[in-house]
Amino acid sequence: MTDNDTTPQDPSATAAASQLFAYAPAPESRAVVDLAPSYGLFVDGEFREAAAGKVFKTLSPATEEVLAEVAHAGEEDVEAAVRAARAAFGPWSALPGTERAKYLFRIARVIQERSRELAVLETLDNGKPIRESRDADLPLVAAHFFYYAGWADKLSWAGLGPDPRPLGVAAQVIPWNFPLLMLAWKIAPALAAGNTVVLKPAETTPLSALFFADICRQAGLPKGVVNIVTGDGATGAALVAHPDVNKVAFTGSTAVGRQIARTVAGTDKRLTLELGGKGANIVFEDAPLDQAVEGIVGGIFFNQGQVCCAGSRLLVQESVHDEVLDALKRRLATLRVGDPLDKNTDVGAINSAEQLARITELADAGEAEGAARWSAPCALPSEGYWFAPTVFTDVSQAHRIAREEIFGPVLSVLTFRTPDEAVAKANNTPYGLSAGIWTEKGSRILKMANRLRAGVVWANTFNKFDPTSPFGGYKESGYGREGGRHGLEAYLEHA
Amino acid sequence: MSTPETSRGRLAVLKTYKLYVGGKFPRSESGRVYEVTDGKGQWLANAPLASRKDARDAVVAARKAFGGWSGATAYNRGQILYRIAEMLEGRREQFAAEVAAAEGLSKAKAQAATDAAIDRWVWYAGWSDKLAQVVGGANPVAGPFFNLSTPEPTGVVAVLAPQRSSLLGLVSVLAPVLVGGNTAVVVTSRDAPLPALSLAEVLATSDLPGGVVGVLSGDTAEIARPLAAHQDVNAIDLAGAEGGLAAELEAAAAENLKRVLRPTAGPADWTADPGLERMTAFLETKTVWHPVGA
Repeated sequence: MTDNDTTPQDPSATAAASQLFAYAPAPESRAVVDLAPSYGLFVDGEFREAAAGKVFKTLSPATEEVLAEVAHAGEEDVEAAVRAARAAFGPWSALPGTERAKYLFRIARVIQERSRELAVLETLDNGKPIRESRDADLPLVAAHFFYYAGWADKLSWAGLGPDPRPLGVAAQVIPWNFPLLMLAWKIAPALAAGNTVVLKPAETTPLSALFFADICRQAGLPKGVVNIVTGDGATGAALVAHPDVNKVAFTGSTAVGRQIARTVAGTDKRLTLELGGKGANIVFEDAPLDQAVEGIVGGIFFNQGQVCCAGSRLLVQESVHDEVLDALKRRLATLRVGDPLDKNTDVGAINSAEQLARITELADAGEAEGAARWSAPCALPSEGYWFAPTVFTDVSQAHRIAREEIFGPVLSVLTFRTPDEAVAKANNTPYGLSAGIWTEKGSRILKMANRLRAGVVWANTFNKFDPTSPFGGYKESGYGREGGRHGLEAYLEHA
Repeated sequence: MSTPETSRGRLAVLKTYKLYVGGKFPRSESGRVYEVTDGKGQWLANAPLASRKDARDAVVAARKAFGGWSGATAYNRGQILYRIAEMLEGRREQFAAEVAAAEGLSKAKAQAATDAAIDRWVWYAGWSDKLAQVVGGANPVAGPFFNLSTPEPTGVVAVLAPQRSSLLGLVSVLAPVLVGGNTAVVVTSRDAPLPALSLAEVLATSDLPGGVVGVLSGDTAEIARPLAAHQDVNAIDLAGAEGGLAAELEAAAAENLKRVLRPTAGPADWTADPGLERMTAFLETKTVWHPVGA
C-alpha cells in the first residue's frame, strides 16, 4: 500500500541519516474494525435502507478501495428522521438532567472502550494518520462527551438564566475532516441541553457516524434521540430546510454556510455556523524558533492541512525569514507521507479526489501568480489521493493562495517588519477563525491577541483543542461557539 | 453489612473493618476497636477506634498526596470521581444492606440513599472541569492588563462526616472537597462507620491515588480535636460535629486560620440539590495580572 522506504530524495545530510536509520513498517491492524458490506440510515433507533433504495460508496482515500455501501437519504428519509427526533424530544427533554447526564457518560465510556476500533475506522474512511486519529481525534471525542455529560444536570449554572430550555430538534451537518470529532461537538451539547438530533455526516466519511449509532444502542439511548442520515449535499439541504427543525448547526465551507443562512432566513430556526478560515501564524524575531517551526508544521500539516483553523498563512518577521524558512524546509524533509495506518506516518491521504483537485488547482494558481513553490522531497504512493507538503514563498496579499482557503498541506509565507504590519496583514481576510503568535514577550502576545480579529488565538502553540474551550470564528468564519460553557448557548434558550 | 450466617446454613466469612490511610488498610495504631451495632443493638462488627496518632498519619499521607491530586487535570479528576460512581454501582446491594443496618432504614429507603450517593459522585464528577468556568473568569480591569481569576484547592481538609446519614451524607461532604483538588481526612459517623469504611475499599479500587482520602472511624471528638488543631490541615468541615463540639473545634481551627464550614443549624437534608457551597468553601481564588502592550 505504501512505500515504506520513503526517504528524502535530495542528497542532504538529513536524507543520508534517514536512510541509515530507515523506518520499518509499523502498520496498525485493520482487524479491530468489522466492516459490513453495506450500512443503512439510523432512524428511530433502527437501521433502515433509504426509502428510494439509493446507495453510495465510501472509499479509503489512501487506496481508493471501496470500504462499504451506504444508504443515500432522500427527502422522505429526512422527513422520517425529523419525525423520530420530534417524537423523542418530549420524553428526552423531560428527563431529569441527572439521567440525561448518565446516558452521555455511558456514551463517553463506550467511546473510550472502543476508541482503537474507531480510530482505525476513521483513518480508513478519512485518510488521516492513525497517530492523529488515535492520539487526537478519539481522546477529544470521548472528552467532549464527558464534558457535556456533566453539564446536563447543571444547566442552571450555565449563565443562561435559572431554567434554560432546550430548543427542540437540531439539524446538524458536519464535514469530513474530523468526522467523529465534529459529531461529538454537535451531538454532545445538543443532547446535554435536552434537544434531539438528526445528524448528516459528510458524503465521503459516513462510517464513524454509523458506528456511533451502534454506540447509542450499547448505551441504551432512547430511540429517536439521535438519528443519522447519510447522503450528499442535497440530503443536508433537505434537512436544514425541514420546517419542523428548530435549530441548525453546520460546520463546513463558507459558501455552503451562506446558503444555509439564506435558507433559514425568515424562520424561527436558530443557527450556528463554523466555517472556513485562513489563519495567520505570526512569528516574531524573538520567538523560540525551533519551537515555532514545530508549531508552524503542526499548524498547517496536521490532518493534511484539512483543518478550518489551520495556520495557512505564515507571517514571519523579515529579520528571521531566511532562518525560519531554512529550518522549516529541513523539518519538512523529515515528514513521513504515506500509509495512514502506519504508526510512523506524519502526513496521510487527501480525503477525496475532488479535494485533491481543489488543492492542486490553487497550488498551480500560486505558481502562476508568481509565488515560489517548494515541496518536501517525498515519494507519494501510486494509488489514492496524495499531495506533498508544500510551501510558497514570495507570496503577496493579493495572491489567491494568500486569500482563499486551500484546505490542504500548503503553506503561504508572507513577511512583516512591525507588529502593526503583522496585525494589518493577519486581519486582511474575510475570515476570522484562528491565529497564532510566536514571541517570548508576554505583553506582546496579549496586545496582539487583543488586536487580532479571530475567535481562537494560540500563543507559542497551535491547533490546541479542549472540550472546555470555546471554538468558533469572527466574520465570515461563522457565528456561535462550540465547546465550553459558551457551547451550550447554541442549544438552549434563556429562561 | 455482614450477617453471621447465610441462608443455607453456611457460616459467613466476616470482614475485618480497617482504617484507610495512605492507600493502605491499617488497623488503628492504638490497637483499639469498638463495637458497632444495628438499630436493634445487634452486633455488626468491631470498628477501629482511631487515635490521635492515626489522625496525624492520615494528615501526613494527605499532604503527600496533595501535589499529585491538585496537579492532576480537572478532566482526570472528573474521570476518577466518575469511576468511583461506577465502582459503587457495582456494589450497590452491599452498600444498601450496610446502610439499612447502620441507619435502621427499610430496604427501599436504604436503596434510595445508596442510589442518591452514587448519583452524587456523578454530579460532582461533572463539576471538575466546569467549576472554574462558573466561579472564575476574566476581570475587565481599567488598564492595559490581562487579569484572570481561577479557583485553586485549599489543601488538606479534615471532614467530619454527618453522624446520621452514613453514606449519602458522607459522599455529600467528601466529593465536593475532592473535586476541586483538595485531599481529605474523613472522620466517619461514630455509630454508623461501616458504610464509610467500605467506601474506602471503593476509593482504593477507583484509580484515586493513595492518601487523597483517609478514613478514620472512632470517637468523633477524640479524632477531630487533633485535626482541628493540626497546623498542616488547611480547612475543616464540621458537618459531623454535634452540640458544643463544633464551636470548640472552630476555635481551635482559628490558630492557623483554617477555612471552616459550620454544620447546618437543623437536621441536614442530604437529598437536597447540593449547590456550589460545599465546593467553594474549600477553594482559594487566585488572580493573575499580566501587562498588555508592545
